[in-house]
Amino acid sequence: MIRWINRLTQNGKFHPMWIVLAVTGVLIVAAIVLVPARYEGSKEPRQNVAATPRQLPAANLPEPDSGQHDLMQTPHGVQPVHFTPPSERDMPSGELGDMIKLGRNIFEHTQIYAKGLVGNGLNCVNCHLDAGRKADSAPLWAAYVMFPAYRSKNHKVNSFEDRLAGCFRFSMNGTAPEYNSKEMIALTSYSYWLAKGAPTGVELAGRGYPEPGNPPLPPDAQRGAAVFQANCAICHGADGQGSKVNGQYAFPPLWGNDSYNAGAGMHSVKNAAAFIKANMPLGKGNSLSLQESWDVAQFVNSHDRPADPRVK
Amino acid sequence: MKFARCSSAGILLILLMSAQAGLSHADAQAGATIAKNGTGSVAACMQCHGANGEGQAAAGFPRLAGQNRDYLAKQLADFKAKLRTNPLMQPIASALSTAQMNDVADYYASLPAWKPGPGIASSTAQTTRGAQLAHQGNWDKGMPACFACHGENGAGIAPHFPGIAGQNATYIASQLKDWQTGARLNDPQGLMKAVADKLSAADISAVSAYLENPK
Repeated sequence: MIRWINRLTQNGKFHPMWIVLAVTGVLIVAAIVLVPARYEGSKEPRQNVAATPRQLPAANLPEPDSGQHDLMQTPHGVQPVHFTPPSERDMPSGELGDMIKLGRNIFEHTQIYAKGLVGNGLNCVNCHLDAGRKADSAPLWAAYVMFPAYRSKNHKVNSFEDRLAGCFRFSMNGTAPEYNSKEMIALTSYSYWLAKGAPTGVELAGRGYPEPGNPPLPPDAQRGAAVFQANCAICHGADGQGSKVNGQYAFPPLWGNDSYNAGAGMHSVKNAAAFIKANMPLGKGNSLSLQESWDVAQFVNSHDRPADPRVK
Repeated sequence: MKFARCSSAGILLILLMSAQAGLSHADAQAGATIAKNGTGSVAACMQCHGANGEGQAAAGFPRLAGQNRDYLAKQLADFKAKLRTNPLMQPIASALSTAQMNDVADYYASLPAWKPGPGIASSTAQTTRGAQLAHQGNWDKGMPACFACHGENGAGIAPHFPGIAGQNATYIASQLKDWQTGARLNDPQGLMKAVADKLSAADISAVSAYLENPK
């Protein structure tokens, strides 16, 4: 081989750089072929889950929307910084204070304060517990300091407003607020205030949902159904459709028309398992096993829900 | 998908059947008679729970008026089954048939629910802490807001989560302590036990005082 290369080189017909060029070319072709194939995978209708419960997590799912797995990873061995958001009673007064309060109200009662922008029955606080304050429940303060950021979900550098727009489009199955709208400014103001004093661009402890780790067995919707009835149905209903009081959901629906759409981060079984493991049932976080969390996440995401707006 | 559809259809059927079974027994009129006059072996409910189910704050007898009927019926059954210990209620519940329990539960559920009134409970400091626990919880200890499960302003979310707004402080405090000690064991999935265990004695006083008249 080496002798052959030497001979070609001497003949003037070959330069070692050709090998580098050839390898680069192969990689580019592979990327062009494989990346869309992966995206195609996410378009496949998600059915026959019970018949094929061994479907492995995340491999065929749309890019997550939770703002954690697709952002900068903490370098190995670096401890995340601890941060405590300011107390509710320290919210400032004046015009900025009013805007921050409006942001909190939109966040907690999205159905009332941002009604026209929401296409389902959810409120932001359903996935971001304690009005976006709770660590390990995708807190706003930890997300705010990590933008702008490149996201593989849309292959570009996203502003924090872009990120909020994504929540409205996918998790809320609705319409993104205009970037200079009252809603967008209020939500940004609230997030900014919650992150007051936090270092910019630094991974804060409790950001996103904690990495759940792989379950001992592949997630199984049938086992998940039993976990659901025993632990989740009391609030989310035996049919997963939540519970309404005076026309508003007191407990959120987990699938169906009023739930998050198929492009939402929560539609990734891994993200849902991470959220469930750390936070559900409410007040009893980390009481489900890793296996139970993955199984019930698989079960929840095996149901019909609004389509991914990117796939039409 | 096929599996999910089958199971949800099955669950729906079971729910419909159990709802019907519950309703066919209930008779608010018969319940009213028991509440006012008792039965041969049971004293009238109103002797302790008040003429209109408003309870007796000083003695810590709970308000029953407007409480959701499934919750009330379950409590009577649980007293009988000794999942709730109370020397007064245990013999009473044990002497009632399931049909009578449902009737009484229906009667009290039909009475007007608590409405916010004037005045505040106890001191300002207690009210602030109580309000915080009721509306926001104490997530430093992993405790969700009371109202996250007991509904906006504590009005309850039927069938599992009772109304707690307007309930007297003595009763609320005694129940929270009973969950802590294990004297009360009938909360579904141990959800209330998990919450009660995260409350200090001072938090219990504060939140109980607040719930008497929440804003």
